[in-house]
Amino acid sequence: MNEILTNVGYSDWVLDALLIVPLVGGLLVLSRPEDQAKKVALGVALVEFLLSVPLWWVFQIGTAQMQFQHEYPWIPDWGIYYRVGLDGISLFMVLLTTFTMPLAVLGSWNYITQKLRAYYVLLLVLTTGMLGVFISLDLFMFYVFWEIMLIPMYFIIGVWGGPRRLYAAIKFFVYTFVGSLLMLVAILTMYYMVGSGTGTYSFAYDHLLANIGLVAEWALWLFGAFALAFAIKVPMFPFHTWLPDAHVEAPTAGSVILAGILLKMGTYGFLRFALPFFPGVALHPTVVNIVVGLAIVGIIYGALVAMVQPDFKKLVAYSSVSHLGFVMLGIWALTLQSIQGAVLIMINHGISTGALFFLAGMLGERRHTREIAAFGGLARVVPAFAVVLTVISLSSIGLPGTNGFVGEFLVLVGSFGRYPVPTAIATTGVIFAAAYLLWALQRIIYNKLDNPENENLPDLSKRELLVLGPLLACVMWIGLYPKPFLDRIEASAEALVTTVQEQQVTVAQVTGSEEQVP
Amino acid sequence: MGMAIDLSTAGGLTLALLPELVLTGWALVLLLVVGWRHRNDADQAMTGQLALLGLLSTMLVLLWLWGRGAYTVEPHMIVLDAFRYGTAFVFLLGAILAVMLSVNYLERERVLVPEYYVMVLLATVGMMFMGGGSDLIVIFLGLELMSLSVYVLAGIDRRSAFAAEAAVKYFLLGAFAAGFFLYGVALIYGATGTTNLVGIHESILRYGLQSNVMLVIGIGLLLIGFGFKVAAVPFHMWAPDVYDGAPTPVTGFMAAAVKAAGFAALLRVLFQALGPSEVVWQEIIWWLAILTMIVGNLVALAQTNLKRMLAYSSIGHAGYILVAVATGSLAGAAAFLFYILAYTLVTLGAFAVLAAAGRGGERDVKIDDLSGLAARRPWIAFAMAVFMLSLLGFPGTAGFIGKWLILSAAVQTGQGLLAVVLVLASVVSAGYYLPVIMAMYMKPAPSEAAHKGFDLIGSARWVVGVAAVVLLLFGVWPNRVMDAARGGTEGLQPTPTRVFTD
Repeated sequence: MNEILTNVGYSDWVLDALLIVPLVGGLLVLSRPEDQAKKVALGVALVEFLLSVPLWWVFQIGTAQMQFQHEYPWIPDWGIYYRVGLDGISLFMVLLTTFTMPLAVLGSWNYITQKLRAYYVLLLVLTTGMLGVFISLDLFMFYVFWEIMLIPMYFIIGVWGGPRRLYAAIKFFVYTFVGSLLMLVAILTMYYMVGSGTGTYSFAYDHLLANIGLVAEWALWLFGAFALAFAIKVPMFPFHTWLPDAHVEAPTAGSVILAGILLKMGTYGFLRFALPFFPGVALHPTVVNIVVGLAIVGIIYGALVAMVQPDFKKLVAYSSVSHLGFVMLGIWALTLQSIQGAVLIMINHGISTGALFFLAGMLGERRHTREIAAFGGLARVVPAFAVVLTVISLSSIGLPGTNGFVGEFLVLVGSFGRYPVPTAIATTGVIFAAAYLLWALQRIIYNKLDNPENENLPDLSKRELLVLGPLLACVMWIGLYPKPFLDRIEASAEALVTTVQEQQVTVAQVTGSEEQVP
Repeated sequence: MGMAIDLSTAGGLTLALLPELVLTGWALVLLLVVGWRHRNDADQAMTGQLALLGLLSTMLVLLWLWGRGAYTVEPHMIVLDAFRYGTAFVFLLGAILAVMLSVNYLERERVLVPEYYVMVLLATVGMMFMGGGSDLIVIFLGLELMSLSVYVLAGIDRRSAFAAEAAVKYFLLGAFAAGFFLYGVALIYGATGTTNLVGIHESILRYGLQSNVMLVIGIGLLLIGFGFKVAAVPFHMWAPDVYDGAPTPVTGFMAAAVKAAGFAALLRVLFQALGPSEVVWQEIIWWLAILTMIVGNLVALAQTNLKRMLAYSSIGHAGYILVAVATGSLAGAAAFLFYILAYTLVTLGAFAVLAAAGRGGERDVKIDDLSGLAARRPWIAFAMAVFMLSLLGFPGTAGFIGKWLILSAAVQTGQGLLAVVLVLASVVSAGYYLPVIMAMYMKPAPSEAAHKGFDLIGSARWVVGVAAVVLLLFGVWPNRVMDAARGGTEGLQPTPTRVFTD
């Protein structure tokens, strides 16, 4: 297998192909009649997925080096290149994206009934945008993709969303826009400071990272700008208010992508940029207190608010705030386990919460309401649905044997040594998660079947099983045998931990020596 | 390389003034033509086509000179350098697009004044002198020629009370501004003994006039005059009413080319003549930039009327350009050149769509009146969305590259605060650009017949199409234009060798 892939030069073109295929696919969708749009889009998304699958094997375990790396000039005078590459962290983000997209298309099959072509074109463009964010190794290119992906999502929420879609769409856009523009100023500042210090003006990730000591003077402000952009995207408490609106109003596939992938762009940003660039600031006790504190608040607050939501989709939306709090805690604990756990939660959350949004959407399609109170006793009417919902909920809670457990366990174990008290508090978040999901589960599929409208609901269709099946398989796979995942993450996570610690030392030396100069 | 031109010979002078001469010649020819043929729409359309021909031929002459790399060595009343070519190119482009919009617009609005096109040509000649003058007197003459023509253009629709109000308001305030400007010139002359830009620079250095009171007051008055012309806050009061009342193609022309001309002259004066007194004007421009960005964007946010929204947004954009000026660097000047090119395209494109939406009453077009446009007129809606995103400075459009260059110049020169205010102002601007997209794509059309007759006719279609395509193209592949913009700053700083000759 590997041999064939080497012969066709797979690793030289795969990343480019992943960016281009959805765009070409989008043109293909446009060129076909309206009723074929979803089929073409599904085909393109599957091709994209199949293209990305060999990454799993070709990816070399045990090295933190960027792989599949290459570059072409874009605006060379400014040091702007098309630079792409993958490491153990971005590998999974890419796979998660390509894995989610066919499901998103399938999940939209009957839900989206108008302007089909535009919808599927936007989904495909969104794929390119998200993948671009995860594989960019040039900060200019990263920024462009980071922004570009706003537009398709803005339209998906705004055109195909629920009743308050206009408000949700503009809120989503403006929130992200504030953070990202400040990040642009920060990127430019780094570009000039590093450029004038080294004589090489370049937006290359490696170049900036290698000379990051030159921006030590402004590190606090630069970190602030990056952190704000990422914190809004994660979203961390108190920047999360766009999330419930966007998730609830977006069409099912939109919510799945938002939760599954878009939120990960924030945590990915912390892992890739904010931490390695500014370890001195990021690990400064005050900043640590703030970030870990907000992560804990997010975990508890998200869970508590989820508990009282009457709308199942909103419940799932708030549970995201809680889950992402765990990720932030794991990232800031900065131990091998905690980082591995954080990346694994990023994957798990994409799978479990994605599945929950699909299930919420299926409820909505059947009853045109997602009010938990409108249901009850569904286990008797739609047994397959009930089973899937139960398994996925358990995985989201973090029951041992499911994927959720592995990630949260690693984060908690990895963080406990560093922040014992916050970690202990965070652990209660797992209990709250059990509370809100089990309670919702009870009200939806158990209890009495007292609403006659629920008596004749159809069970999962083949298409819906096709959507949920792969997600269930992943829940089990990661839950029972996470080793292949952890292996691939390990080297990058370890490298991150050591880089951050080394950088912190160098920065301390640089600033220390400056202080001694009279 | 390049062709040195000696301005002391008649031949050299003619060559250096060739684009202006050609265009003035066309304007005079047009005046004659209009004298005979002014009876009906066909006559007017023919005048328009002749005007287009005149502008295109001037463009050719300009490109020929630019291609030959013609330049002047000795300081003179006018100057040939890349900055002049770059700015003149933008003015001509703006005029061409405006004329293309006007042909069908005037017919639809039943405005039969073929002199309209003569005014456009003369205004453009004035702008070209503003970009190419190397003497405050020449710049003032250019400014007045442009302004007088545009006063007439603003009120060209004699039956419209709003147009009359716009013209009078513009004329009165413009006259004030000219007074300030001229007084400033007089004081600067008094302080330095010359009106030549390079001469002023030399005098300041030679006699140590950097913070001479008379010079500083002169600079202040000059900046007030320019502030009016480019509608910088707090000298912007006239702009919304005038932009609102003037015929839409004229508004586009004013918002794009007239403003660009004001900035071109401002940049040249500040960089070339007043460079030594940078501390004095930089502070003033800094505040103007901050105020203009904040006020322009915040007030635009409150507009529901599309034309007024675009008017205020153009004030906001003047603020962004002021940031480029405030950097006082060649990078800022290059950013300015790129920005006005992108801005000219986007403004005239957006006003073309507005003109199509108006069908006889653009003043009443609300943003919500575009509701459901995407379903009925997908291409117009798409182009308008591109324009809005470009105005917003969204990646993938030329507007982003322009804004990025300005930000970059600001960061490079340590003007971090300006950069931050700029991006925050951009965020605010999302609050009024996005609703346009939202209305077109996300709201249903109010009725079946809602967008009947919402069509781009004739050359307006070309304006919108070309603008949208070029904006996207330059957004993804800006390399060549960025090179040209950087080259366009050549000559902005006077040759330092001449300065210390004593």
